Amino acid sequence: MTTMKKYFPLIVLGCLAMLPLIGLSDYIMHIIILVLMWSVIGMAWNLLGGYCGQVSFGHAAFFGVGAYSAGILYYHTGITAWWGMPIAVGAALLVALGIGFISLRLRGPYFVLSTLAIGEIFRIFAENLEEYTQGNLGIMIQQRSWVEKAPYFYIILGIAALTFVVVKIVAESKWGYYFVAIREDQDAAESLGINSTLFKTIALSLSGVFTGIAGAFYMNYMGYIDPGIVFALGEISILTVMVVMVGGVATYWGPIVGAVIMVFFSELIRSLPTVGAAHQTLFGILLIVIIIFLPNGIVGDFPKLLRLFGIGRKP
Amino acid sequence: MAPHIELLLQTLIAGILLGGLYALIGLGMALILGVMRIINLAHGDQMMIAMYIAFFGYDLFQIDPYLSIFIAAPALFLLGVGLQKFLITPVLRVESILPHNQVILTVGIGMVLSNLATVFFTSDYRSTPVSYATTAWYLSDYWKDAPIELSLSLPWSVSFVFSVAITALLWFFLGRTDTGRSIRATAQDLDAALLMGVNVQRMRMLTFGIGSALVGAAACLFIPIYYLYPALGKQFTNIAFVITILGGLGSVEGAIVGGVILGIFESLTSTYLGMGWAPAGRFIIFVLVLIFLPGGVASLIKKKRFAK
Amino acid sequence: MSLLQVNNVSMFFGGLAAVSNVSFEVKKGEILGVIGPNGAGKTTLFNMVNGFYKPSKGEIFFKGEKISGLRSYQICKRGMARTFQVVKPLQRMSVLDNVIASAFVRTNSKSEAEEIARETIKFTGLTADMSSISKGLPLGKRKKLEITRALATRPELLLLDESCAGLNPSELDESIEIIRKIKEKGITIMVIEHHMKVIMSISDRIVVVNYGQKIADGSPDEIGNNPQVIEAYLGEAHHA
Repeated sequence: MTTMKKYFPLIVLGCLAMLPLIGLSDYIMHIIILVLMWSVIGMAWNLLGGYCGQVSFGHAAFFGVGAYSAGILYYHTGITAWWGMPIAVGAALLVALGIGFISLRLRGPYFVLSTLAIGEIFRIFAENLEEYTQGNLGIMIQQRSWVEKAPYFYIILGIAALTFVVVKIVAESKWGYYFVAIREDQDAAESLGINSTLFKTIALSLSGVFTGIAGAFYMNYMGYIDPGIVFALGEISILTVMVVMVGGVATYWGPIVGAVIMVFFSELIRSLPTVGAAHQTLFGILLIVIIIFLPNGIVGDFPKLLRLFGIGRKP
Repeated sequence: MAPHIELLLQTLIAGILLGGLYALIGLGMALILGVMRIINLAHGDQMMIAMYIAFFGYDLFQIDPYLSIFIAAPALFLLGVGLQKFLITPVLRVESILPHNQVILTVGIGMVLSNLATVFFTSDYRSTPVSYATTAWYLSDYWKDAPIELSLSLPWSVSFVFSVAITALLWFFLGRTDTGRSIRATAQDLDAALLMGVNVQRMRMLTFGIGSALVGAAACLFIPIYYLYPALGKQFTNIAFVITILGGLGSVEGAIVGGVILGIFESLTSTYLGMGWAPAGRFIIFVLVLIFLPGGVASLIKKKRFAK
Repeated sequence: MSLLQVNNVSMFFGGLAAVSNVSFEVKKGEILGVIGPNGAGKTTLFNMVNGFYKPSKGEIFFKGEKISGLRSYQICKRGMARTFQVVKPLQRMSVLDNVIASAFVRTNSKSEAEEIARETIKFTGLTADMSSISKGLPLGKRKKLEITRALATRPELLLLDESCAGLNPSELDESIEIIRKIKEKGITIMVIEHHMKVIMSISDRIVVVNYGQKIADGSPDEIGNNPQVIEAYLGEAHHA
């Protein structure tokens, strides 16, 4: 590995760390914070979906549980919602073990469907258990910690950097090999001494915990959550899948690239006057196009992408 | 005592009628899953589009929704064949790390369909208030001294009868015609079917077309008794896949039984727990089936056969 | 000394018995051949021994411990490895990574796993293809990879399922040579093979299976002269 490649992540981190000093507008900082948050969710999903091959359409369950860990703590005890983050770790872990017990025995598309169903079950319970969650009224934080964006920026940047490092370390370790082996051929993996249930659960747990942390951050940053937002199938679960599929499954930078594209794309379209209402259609079309032409995402299918634009050599 | 029995019986009747319709919805997805191993998460959105076809048929041209079956079903058939030919086949050929691309593709298709519907048709609730919408038969009209009162709504009954008729037609088609048998062969063993000269590509397109047409017909049967809005598609997709899993692994008979079971279950929950719990109930059944009876009803039927 | 003991095992699928009442043992250090016509139940037998299927009836003992009912990964940890008849490479991983993944069953350290992997790859002669992505390899090399992976788990008993099928003559000789070297290392081997020449020459003992039942058990000579065995094979040829 060349020195440049080895230090690339650090260089990126360094540049990002200096962003608040440039004096960008609040709106742009908000966008960047969203990009970083989605990078975390994307990297977390990628660990389970890209590396371990278990595609979840229900990650909103973890995000929402994380958000509500912070929200419920704040609402019922008045303690600052930031303590929701460590609680979110525990809560997300429990949820992961529960989901794992129900769903991991299922193969392929049945696993996918069960995660979708479980995500929706969480949403419906959150809507109905009004004593705890305030139902559709949602939870609002009366006094947000800071007015400026910079502190939030550094917090999410730190979380994103941590997630990146953890994913990298895991992917290059025994666990990483085991995840990929399970993805490639679960039966062969079992015959090689790999307890696939255990390792799928580990992948699910890691994935869930980081997504939960992102959820807790969201509660603190946005100041308002309700079940329709944080447990949303389209805006959270499916968007997560899109972020990673567009960016590149099973790559380190894929989810980050995907987050940049999806957030920018989303904001851009929403601001256009007439086309705005059709943003889901455009998302859908983007998803279809990527799935057919660049199924491994921009980073994963980069050579193919170059060829499509006429650059690069033919194989 | 009598009012309780009356309520229960009425609920069961409603459940069976609903179940018949549900079965038709689930059948389309089960067929596609069984033959092509494809989970079509745009299934419900296709039905929603067909409902709009029926609605506009009624609204603009005064065509009775039941007659719209002859418009919507073929239209959906073509839509299905088109989707299969231009989107699904390419995706299946593509080389990728994750094998679930096909599911993700149908999610994308569903998003496009439902969002286009919202943009063009708005989210307003629509309905087809046909003249016979509230007509019903009452038990007391036929049996003067009946201890309880039961009513049978006309549109519900007509829809149920049509649904049964279409299902029977499908059964006959799959069981007795050559094309039907070829489709079943493709579902059972792709390679064997190829070796026996079945044009697998065509069978797959036909299957997707038929599955879509079934849901197109179901749409016309639903619109007289329900109201329509774009997000309804999602609900129907959920219903379809719960029935498919409940029925088991792409089995047609299982889907029929599964549909009726779900219909009765939802009717009971509606009456005794309240309407809001129906969506939750669906998912809970789904998860319970996955845990306790992963093969669905079909696996129970199979066990009985082997035990003989 | 008996390394593997298979007692009266049967396997039912639906109402059909794929294997019925089969018993045999594998002695430490020997090569046991398993032969029989297509569909006789040989791979099903392997799948039961290896934990892929739980026997419907009967028990299997490995090193004196009952293993029938354990999952494959538990059995692998206890010292049994297998290859698959239809090879299952971890497709998007390189040859080296495939073997590293299997070596991890004995260690948690990546460097140690890599060392074991390189050593095993050298043993089977795949060093030149170490960095190739396994998906692009020709069949002969993929079969070698199957064996290499299984060996990297440091097994005491190795189950080879038709590792010689589809090989050209020089690959076949290489394969036989590898099997001999494995035996020299003290690893016990159970082989399913269709190549009569191969199996007669390398096996110490042979078990013959037909229609899910064991019909003969003995040395290659005894088997070669067994009338039931001859009929089972000739009978097949007659109907062809």
